[in-house]
Amino acid sequence: MLSRVANSIYWMCRYIERAENVARFISVNLNLVLDMPSEKGKHWEPLVMTTGDQAFFDKHHPDYNRETVIRFLTFERNYPNSILACVAAARENGRSIREIISSEMWEHLNTFYLELADAKSPRFALEDPHRFFKIIQMRSHLFTGLMDCTMSHGEAWNFARIGMMIERADKTSRILDVKYFMLLPQAELVNTPIDNIQWTAVLKSASAFEMFRKAHHHITPRGVANFLIFDSQFPRSIRHCISKAMVCLHRIGGSAPGSVHNEAEKRLGRLEADLAYTDIDEVVHQGMHEYLDNLQTRLNRVDMAIGTTFFNLKPLIETATNEQ
Amino acid sequence: METFDSYDPGDFYDELIDAEGHARPGARLLVNKINSLPTGDLTMRQKAAEALLLKMGITFNVYGRDEGTEKIFPFDIIPRIVAAGDWEQIESGLKQRIFALNAFIQDIYNGKQILKDKVVPEELILTSRTYRKECEGFTPPRGIWCHVTGTDLVRDRDGRFYVLEDNLRCPSGVSYVLENRQVLKRTFPQVFEASRVRPVDDYPSKLLEMLSYLAPEHVQAPTIGVLTPGIYNSAYFEHSFLSQQMGVELVEGQDLVVADGFVHMLTTKGLKRVDVLYRRIDDDFIDPQVFRPDSLLGVRGLIGVYKAGRVAMANAPGTGIADDKVIYAYVPKIIKYYTGQEAILPNVPTYICGDPADRAYVLAHLDQLVVKAANESGGYGMLVGPHASAAERDAFAAKIQAEPRNYMAQPTISLSRVPTIVGDRIEGRHVDLRPYVLFGEEIYVQPGGLTRVALTKGSLVVNSSQGGGSKDTWVLGGETITS
Repeated sequence: MLSRVANSIYWMCRYIERAENVARFISVNLNLVLDMPSEKGKHWEPLVMTTGDQAFFDKHHPDYNRETVIRFLTFERNYPNSILACVAAARENGRSIREIISSEMWEHLNTFYLELADAKSPRFALEDPHRFFKIIQMRSHLFTGLMDCTMSHGEAWNFARIGMMIERADKTSRILDVKYFMLLPQAELVNTPIDNIQWTAVLKSASAFEMFRKAHHHITPRGVANFLIFDSQFPRSIRHCISKAMVCLHRIGGSAPGSVHNEAEKRLGRLEADLAYTDIDEVVHQGMHEYLDNLQTRLNRVDMAIGTTFFNLKPLIETATNEQ
Repeated sequence: METFDSYDPGDFYDELIDAEGHARPGARLLVNKINSLPTGDLTMRQKAAEALLLKMGITFNVYGRDEGTEKIFPFDIIPRIVAAGDWEQIESGLKQRIFALNAFIQDIYNGKQILKDKVVPEELILTSRTYRKECEGFTPPRGIWCHVTGTDLVRDRDGRFYVLEDNLRCPSGVSYVLENRQVLKRTFPQVFEASRVRPVDDYPSKLLEMLSYLAPEHVQAPTIGVLTPGIYNSAYFEHSFLSQQMGVELVEGQDLVVADGFVHMLTTKGLKRVDVLYRRIDDDFIDPQVFRPDSLLGVRGLIGVYKAGRVAMANAPGTGIADDKVIYAYVPKIIKYYTGQEAILPNVPTYICGDPADRAYVLAHLDQLVVKAANESGGYGMLVGPHASAAERDAFAAKIQAEPRNYMAQPTISLSRVPTIVGDRIEGRHVDLRPYVLFGEEIYVQPGGLTRVALTKGSLVVNSSQGGGSKDTWVLGGETITS
């Protein structure tokens, strides 16, 4: 398929996944505020921290109150990672490949954007945020469902999945990074069940609370981190995302698992192996923040390798032709 | 009231209602249906159709307003109905015309016999901005130049159809024909079925057949692409739609490279050769090496590969010479010259400003004429005399005198009208008709076409860029049901 098309579908899915994650973070935070009224006012800054775009926020807004943060994360067009900007970008990518995706996906994405961009949306979001952000998440799930059920699982679909999985791994690592740092000032408390409400919120931010409970019952910081990074079955754990992305990458290249054909497979394969052969105690020992920071850097490199392997052929070709 | 009870066809040819106020035979079912609807129902159907188009994303951006404002291309649900007999004449007339124009283009670039025989003045050709010297001596695959045409027809007060313009370069709008039909099938399902409307949905497969026919002969399964300027082009939706319907790649200039004497697409698996391009980029922008060097839309070296016969293109570069609005005046003679027959579809009478006698007439009668520039489209570079102010007419007179070759004039045609929903009433609005013609192994005329409607009361300008909308066009089958 065309490189440009592969690039567009990859980004379309990254943006949808990003929008969904932002919506879920806001949802969970709204609940947390209800449970911890005494700490009112301190809850909104970490939410912006999770995005990694604190500097952008500070430049345009004086303080972190509920309305400002919600408006910023949801509706600010100039902020490229707001839900609206993400859905708009997903839709523009979708528009440029609408002959590749199914009509159902396109029409859903189009409606998703049009309703979100409607002038009445901000009022709805502020007056009934629980319902509003639930709808955003369901829209994203519906999109993913349509993609699975109405589009052939060929090359384009595999690029879409990779985009989604890499974005998801990145977001899970970010929420864990920010919260772990805030909630666990002393490393020796890592095995102690403390601050249940907050750690529950961390799990819920990755839709992981119920699945965690089934597997591990007691909530400890170590257990939560272990689950979100290394669980092999939970769909938002970093390890699971990476191995699913790897499967798709092999399908695209037609290479067998374990073999390597290109830079993208090499980088993603190494990351997958590291996740399979590292355990949580090593991570705690090494330092959670250092580990997650390094993980995010590696995810970015995977993204770049996918770009140079599949999307940006032109520089290579031009060099090749000049040499003749 | 949203019925025809108080409808006034006025002093025009009305496509659905005759001069006595009765529905024409083919329109009876529809008119009866509309008259029988409960109050408010027709408006509701109109709103539902608009909502459907918005949902399908058939929109264009409105610039200069709030960011993100998008509008649908205005659409009116009352269809234009063309009787079987009228259509026969249109179809045979268009086949004749396109055949002759193709022969004309081939001749102009190879031998120029028609110029030597003084049927068309030589200097008119050589001074045309759309004449491509690069095409001299070249014969495109299968000898076909104008593969896709959208000819603008109008119907005058006398009920006759006339050709207003030939669009032989990149005519757009066919996707609206297909989408409008989807919507109308849902809007008036029973009437549609009972009226035996001829289907238009064949178009994408006919287009694909035609494009495959152009591929170099040794290529078994040709790779075909639709070449688009990109998502910011106003017809992008159409490019995307057609490639989706044909199941071929939609490519931008940046997706293509010329290497080893062929055109290739950049794919995730490396380079892939392209055999046929349905290009929706104008000649000027298609190859910066040959035409405009500042073009970022085209493909460097494309024309070289094309002339070597290693990629086919529809439409062929150079076809613009035959839709020069001044050359238009000679088309009846061109038809006679190449086919020996009289034109089945007449031209609108035309005054050529390059001719001194005609020019004098035009300048003296500017208040009665429509004046057009030779190479503009979309309703630009045009003066509608009866509706223009004295100052506008004076300004235009100066332009004509400065560059007479570049202008022609026609009497104002009283375009026919079709009943159209205006608020909660039905009123007549002026329309034209653009049928689409494909020239491949044979010439195919899509039974239907884009009916463009001037939504402003009294307006004769139907272009979408100037307040026009569209309607579905129903061409009726052989036997009309009159019950």
